[in-house]
Amino acid sequence: MITVKNLSKKFDKFIAVDDISFDVDKGEIFAFLGPNGAGKTTTIKMLTTLLKPTHGEILINNFNPIDHEDKVRSSFGIVFQDPSLDDDLTALENMEFHGVLYSVPKITRRERIKELLTFVELWDRRNDLVKTFSGGMKRRLEIARGLLHHPKIFFLDEPTQGLDPQTRNHMWEYIKELNKKEGITIFFTTHYMEEAEKHAGRVAIIDRGKIIAQGTSDKLMKDTKTKSLEEAFLKLTGHGIREEEASATDRMRQNKRMWRR
Amino acid sequence: MKLSTIYILWYRQLKKYFRSKARMIGSLGQPILFLVALGFGFGPIYAKAGGGNYIEFLAPGIIAMSILFTAVFTGIEIIWDRQFGFLKETLVAPVSRLDIMIGRTLGGATVSVFQGIIVLILAMILGFKINSIWTVPLALLFMILIAIMFTALGTAIASVLEDMQAFPLIINFVIMPIFFLSGALFPLTGLPGAIGIITRIDPLTYGVDGLRFAFTGAAQFLLATDLIVLVALGAIITSIGAYLFSKIQI
Repeated sequence: MITVKNLSKKFDKFIAVDDISFDVDKGEIFAFLGPNGAGKTTTIKMLTTLLKPTHGEILINNFNPIDHEDKVRSSFGIVFQDPSLDDDLTALENMEFHGVLYSVPKITRRERIKELLTFVELWDRRNDLVKTFSGGMKRRLEIARGLLHHPKIFFLDEPTQGLDPQTRNHMWEYIKELNKKEGITIFFTTHYMEEAEKHAGRVAIIDRGKIIAQGTSDKLMKDTKTKSLEEAFLKLTGHGIREEEASATDRMRQNKRMWRR
Repeated sequence: MKLSTIYILWYRQLKKYFRSKARMIGSLGQPILFLVALGFGFGPIYAKAGGGNYIEFLAPGIIAMSILFTAVFTGIEIIWDRQFGFLKETLVAPVSRLDIMIGRTLGGATVSVFQGIIVLILAMILGFKINSIWTVPLALLFMILIAIMFTALGTAIASVLEDMQAFPLIINFVIMPIFFLSGALFPLTGLPGAIGIITRIDPLTYGVDGLRFAFTGAAQFLLATDLIVLVALGAIITSIGAYLFSKIQI
């Protein structure tokens, strides 16, 4: 379902992603792990047509993002690391907007929106503005929205970050049910290793732009002679804390309250 | 080109505008202040100098101002959408960037024209008289042209900026000069050399002139000159905006 061959991305002099290759099969749940700044988000951006690779090949649902951009885009749904909802619109309006952008026919759209909002338990709140939603509710709405156009692949970039264990478990229930029921391929990143160990069929660990290990959790633990995926992860990537420069988004977040109307 | 994409983006802008009443009312503060303080404050001197009724002269300039500000701001809002995600949602959708840009620009322009019409009504309450009802469509045309040009300018600026840090810079060195040197506040005749030239480079000059002609019949340039400059410059700025928008990387 996803094929990546010798993929690289260079920014000026910095190599964010360095010659990585991997495959994700249809219906698989695949975890993409790595410390901060390892290249996870850059890789997802390339897979989802937001960034052009410097080098290498990508196939999403058998389409190449460079020649068949729109076919690739229709093939996947995505939940970004940062919320990407319009806070000034209602839950229903956010869904409608997505449905129109993806040309989902009106009748199917209405049915599917109801089905999905019920599924993530937000149907009762459909006419409320998104800005009144909690972090967990927003994430659920984003999951529902990402599935509206029947994607074959679902990208989740740290979908459970900042959520309490209750919400997190709930989210995984949704995701796994979808994976089973609709056969959607799941590609996710996370910093919670136990999440990857529990839910992912296979994992890949990326560090400093390179994939340093991939396989099932069991295989990684065996190879590193450790007892949990977290230990294996730390053994492979080291204990040092990675410093990331504050991005424009971080700076904006600090100023957000000051500027926003 | 997909009309549904353009439509939904246009519709979103409108919905957001009509939903945030505070913002709508807040942005009327400045034009009202300008109309009252300048209009009534300078009125007597202007009349003494033989200029006639100052409100009559000023109102089209203030209408143009409110369109200018609303348009640039709605264009610049892309920075927010870009940092806080919503732009990502539109950019990974199977639609063309040009359609997204057109929809947004038309949405921003529509909102700005609305704002201009509200200021027109307020000005009329404060004593501004329009010449004839028959030239209102012409005035509307000028409002639309101003609105499109400056929404596209806002989009172009937002496409090359990473965050809001440069925002005060843009207000003080781009938007304010465009307004103050456009002939919105003073007549363009008999100005000292450099200022005279700058006012003629300022695109808003032709918008203000066209509006003033449509409302009151007085004008500095030929109607055709105003129209040609606005349409041509509008097309150029919109193309640049569309190009820069298509190059946004997240």
